Formats: sequence, C-alpha cells, structure tokens
Amino acid sequence: MPKMTMVDALNTALHQEMEKDDRVIVLGEDVGVDGGVFRVTEGLLEEFGEKRVIDTPLAEAGIVGTSIGMALYGLRPVCEIQFSGFSYLAFQQLEAHAARMRWRTRGAYTVPLVLRTPYSGGVRALEHHSESREAYWAHTPGLKMVIPSGPRNARALLVSAIRDPDPVVFYEPKAVYRAFREEVPEEEETWPLGKAQVVREGDDITMISYGAMMRPTLQAAERLREEDGVEAEVVDVLTIAPLDHETLADSVRKTGRVVIVHEAPRSLGPGAEIVARLVEKSFWYLEAPIRRVTGYDVVIPLFAYEKAYLPSADRVLRAARETLETPA
Amino acid sequence: MPREVIDLPYQVEYLSVLDEEGNLLDEDLEPEIPDERLLRMHRMMLLARRFDERMLQLQRQGRIGTFAPIKGQEAAQIGIVAALRESDWMVPSFREQAASLWRGQSMESFLLAYAGFYQGNELPEDVRNLPVSVPVGTQPLHAVGLSYAMKYRGDDDVVVTFFGDGATSEGDFHEAMNFAGVWQTPTIFVCQNNQWAISVPRYRQTNSKTLAQKALAYGVPGRQVDGNDVLAVYVAAEEAGERARSGEGPTLVECVTYRLSLHTTADDPTRYREEEEVEKWQKREPIGRFQNYLKGRDLLSDHDIEEVEREIKAQIQDAVDRAEQRMKDLRGQELTMFDHMYAEMPPYLQEQRDELAAELEAKEESDA
Repeated sequence: MPKMTMVDALNTALHQEMEKDDRVIVLGEDVGVDGGVFRVTEGLLEEFGEKRVIDTPLAEAGIVGTSIGMALYGLRPVCEIQFSGFSYLAFQQLEAHAARMRWRTRGAYTVPLVLRTPYSGGVRALEHHSESREAYWAHTPGLKMVIPSGPRNARALLVSAIRDPDPVVFYEPKAVYRAFREEVPEEEETWPLGKAQVVREGDDITMISYGAMMRPTLQAAERLREEDGVEAEVVDVLTIAPLDHETLADSVRKTGRVVIVHEAPRSLGPGAEIVARLVEKSFWYLEAPIRRVTGYDVVIPLFAYEKAYLPSADRVLRAARETLETPA
Repeated sequence: MPREVIDLPYQVEYLSVLDEEGNLLDEDLEPEIPDERLLRMHRMMLLARRFDERMLQLQRQGRIGTFAPIKGQEAAQIGIVAALRESDWMVPSFREQAASLWRGQSMESFLLAYAGFYQGNELPEDVRNLPVSVPVGTQPLHAVGLSYAMKYRGDDDVVVTFFGDGATSEGDFHEAMNFAGVWQTPTIFVCQNNQWAISVPRYRQTNSKTLAQKALAYGVPGRQVDGNDVLAVYVAAEEAGERARSGEGPTLVECVTYRLSLHTTADDPTRYREEEEVEKWQKREPIGRFQNYLKGRDLLSDHDIEEVEREIKAQIQDAVDRAEQRMKDLRGQELTMFDHMYAEMPPYLQEQRDELAAELEAKEESDA
C-alpha cells in the first residue's frame, strides 16, 4: 500500500472517481492549471480536459450556484472554495437552494454536489484562512457536513461524498494536508457518511473529536495510558451532520466519562449538540460532567497567538484528568 | 496615441413590432408564427390574466395565501416561452405563472403551492421547469449551470431564466452573467423590467440607462424590447434561442413592461406610486394590443374572444374545484415535512418524526 499525505489521498479519490464516472466535474478557483492552491486537484486538467476541470471566475456564489445547476442536470459537480473563510458568499446558494431542492420539489429534483474547502488553523495563515465554522453547515437541514482527519479516511469519505445523492460540504483540515503520511489502499475504499469511527478502544473515558483535532486528542489518549494507566476510547466523528449519535452513545455507555474536542468556537458548536444528545439519551450512564475542549468564542487570532487558541494535547489531557478525577 | 476610444462590440437595440394600438410598426419585423400558435399565445395570455384575477379573489377570501400577481406582464412571459421548445428548460423567479402554464404546469399546482401545500411543487416529469425561486436574483446561476451541463452533454436545448429589475442589483445576477459569458453557455436571461421592486422604482436600482446594457460588461449581447408587445418579445426570444443553439452563447433580453397590480398580495402600491402612472401603462397593456393585431389579420373576432373567455372561465373553475378537493385530501399530512430532506432519512430525523406523530395523535384524541 502506498503511503500518502491527505493531499495525495484526496487527489487519488478525485482521479479515480473522474475516471469511473463522466458525470463528475471539478470546478473552482485555480483548480485547473495551478492544480489548486494546495495541489489537491493537481494533474486533473491534464488528464480530463478543461470541460471537466474548470478554472472559474473568482466568485464563490457563482461557483456553488452553477454547480447546483449542473447537479440538477444530472452531473456530479465537485466544487472547491479556496478557503472556507470565503465560502460565506455562497451561503445563500447552499442554504436556500442546494439544501432544499429535494424537499421543495418532493424529490423531483436533487442536488448531488460536493463543496470541498480547507478549514482549520495551525498553518500560520492570514486572517480568514484559519477558522472552523462547520456549525453553520451542520445547522442547515438538508446539507451533509463531513470532516476527515487523515489521508485514508479523507479518500474514503470523499469518494462516498461524490457518490452521495445529497449535497455535501466537505471540510479538509489544512493543518493535516501534509502533516503525515498513511497507507492508503490503491483499490477503491469508501466510508459511509453519517458513521463515526472508534479509532482507539478503551473503557475509562470517551474522547470525541474530528478533523485536525484528532491528533492532539490521540496524543492525549496515549499520554493517559503512559502516565496514568488510563485507557481512553477515542471516537472520530467524521460526519458532523447527520451525526452518528449511536456510536457516540455506545461508547459513553461503556465509559461514563466524556471529553469533546474541536477547534470551532464553543457556544453552539458541534460539541454542544453532542453534549445535548448524550444528556438526553445516556444521562444515567454519565459518571462525571461532560467537558468541552474547544476554540474560544473569539475570532481566531492571527498566528502569533494562534497556539493559545487551538486545543492542544496538554489542554485535552488536563480536561480528561479532571473528568476522571470526578468521583462517580 | 495616449488616449483612444476602445472599440466595444455591442450596441443596445430597442425592439418593438406593434404600436400601442396593436398596429404593425414595420412589416419586415413581423415574425412568422403559425396561426394556431398565435391563437394559443392569445388564449394563454388571457388565461394567465383571468387566473391571476381569480387568485387575487381567492387570496382576499382567505382561500390561498400570499402570491405575486403578473397582471400586465403576460406578453413578456408568453412571448419568450412560445419561441422556445418544450425540451428547453425554464428557471423562473416567482412571477412567471403565464410562462409556467404555457410550459405545462397546471393551475392546480399554483393554487396548491400558494395555499401552503408544497405538493404544488411536484412537477410532472416531462416538464422541464424549476420550481419558483423566492430569494431574488439567485436562480440565474442555476440556469448557467444547467446550460453548461447541456453543452457538456452535447444536447442542443437552451435554458431561459426569468428575473426582475430589482434582481439586476444582486451580486448573483452579475456572477451568472459573467460565468455565462466566459463559458458561452446556451442561456437566455430574461429581465422582466416591470419598473418597481416593491416600492423602489427602476431609477433607484441603478444609474444605468438600460438594464440590457449590463450584459455588455460581460461580453454578452443585451437588448431591450417592448415587453408589452408579445411579437417583439417573441422575435427577441427566437433570435436569442438561435444564437444559443448555434453555439454563440448567452443573451440578455430586457422586457420593458409594467406591474399593473401588486408586488404581492401583502402590498399596497398606493403608498408609493401615482395612479396616473398606472393609467398610462394601462393603455399599453399587452392583451388588448395583441387582440387588435389578431383582429386586423382576421384571426380573431369579438365573438371568438367571448368564446375563449367562456372556456377559460370554466377551465379556471375546474382547476379551483380540483385544487380545493386536493387540499382537503392533503389535510392532516403534516408528517410529510420529514420526507425528502435526504435521500435516506437519518435516524435522528425518524425520531423527530415519531415525536410529531405522537403529538398529532394526542391532539386528535383531545379534539375528539
């Protein structure tokens, strides 16, 4: 199995899906000649030509709005918004049309598009290039919201997203793009949308995270084992909407203690929904208050102070220890 | 030469075929339309007008909710769609009942939708209309995407999209024009410039002399037509359709027309416009002009008009009866709100559906 970065893995997914299905079209700013500013679409133009790999004008609503039209005609557009911080210009198109067309027409018309866009901090970027606003999309009925955490699941999830009959917002953690390599099988692999994954088993505490925050979370879990002899179960959410409550609840029933980690602001963030669901459905299994380790409710600072904003393995570890210290 | 004038390829043309009375202004401009189609155009314009009046009455009686009347804009719609093929696509805003009826949507579907039943948006499979789009100016982008996909597939259909004068101030409209220009898509942009965006007059939307000229900035031809002259509208649509089908790309057609009625039924135009203005435009209203033209060609008589009116009245009454029966049948189907959110219902939605089902059942029991 070749070892790939997340960028390579996403590129492989696009290549293979475009080869298999001529309905798949890639469009966005700089996705063609330049291969995308992060090179995720590299080589696609050469292989599939400019009718299928379109360097669009610089207009986010235009990219998403025309993708909606293409999807209505039966194509499978995969559009790229260069940074998620610029996707809000397309908010109306997604909220008012992509998310509702199936419902509005009682199933007569559907919009199977994928909006790929990099999110997350930690890459020393300019303002508007580092935030995590997945809650906007996850809060919108009719959209699916997916966030991979590593090369292998990024490839599998992107393939599933492209084949999915509903509109999918696909956040790519840019801090992970080239952070590490992982074995990714050459043959086709998918991961069902709406399904979380237990990536580390343990009986003492459940740690729930996704995207770029999986790394500090897993590091904290390792240290808990090494330093405290505690076995943490780690769940990678993978799909923020529709959320896989079952897998989360199953783990919590086993451990009774929970820490949720994300870099999005805390208030009304995905963690808030997870807490609410666990309290509603698994309250009697809880042995301690649920802790959230998240971004603060401020604008993510420019990179000089960014580290203090982003959840670190230390912060996660501290929260986990406090949770574990609470007597049952 | 330090200063020189850049030679731009387009001028904006104004096109009209009939005068205010419905006489031909220029015989060379008269389109060749088979008699049968001319009469169908007349019938559909009249049907749309009478249906509009009936809907207004139903709204005032509380039998349907808010809708946007089309009175005065029948030519700007029928002239366009009559020049296109059934297999072409139409991407409307929310004031295109006449065009939609021509293209096979039923009156019942509108009555249902405006009575608050989304089942009115269940379009028949062979009708290539998108549903009503409420957020102003957002839908032309869908038309561009659709027409890009058509071109990609090698199909020789075109997409027509409708929007109003107010929509030309929206960013999405400009992005749509720009993408269509760059991609050279087979798209016909139809602006129904009815002079008013609720209470804001055309001159407060833009300092441009015409709305048609907005196309020029995107390398797209734009033209203005007398939107109350169904023949002029037809000629413009036919030419735009030919351009699109032969690979010459998009066109913007500005139909200069007038909203003789309300923005929507929630609106009171006496707050912002003068009655004299309405009267002035009433003289140019499109149906009378077209009837005079047809009479002049001996295709239509007063007797024929009476007959058509009678038939239309019965047709509308039938549609209202059927729609009201359907509304009765559809009462109590609140649980359908959970259908079609996704191709497959996620478990948490199923739970919420069960919650509402229990709620409705409890209410039924307590009402009984």
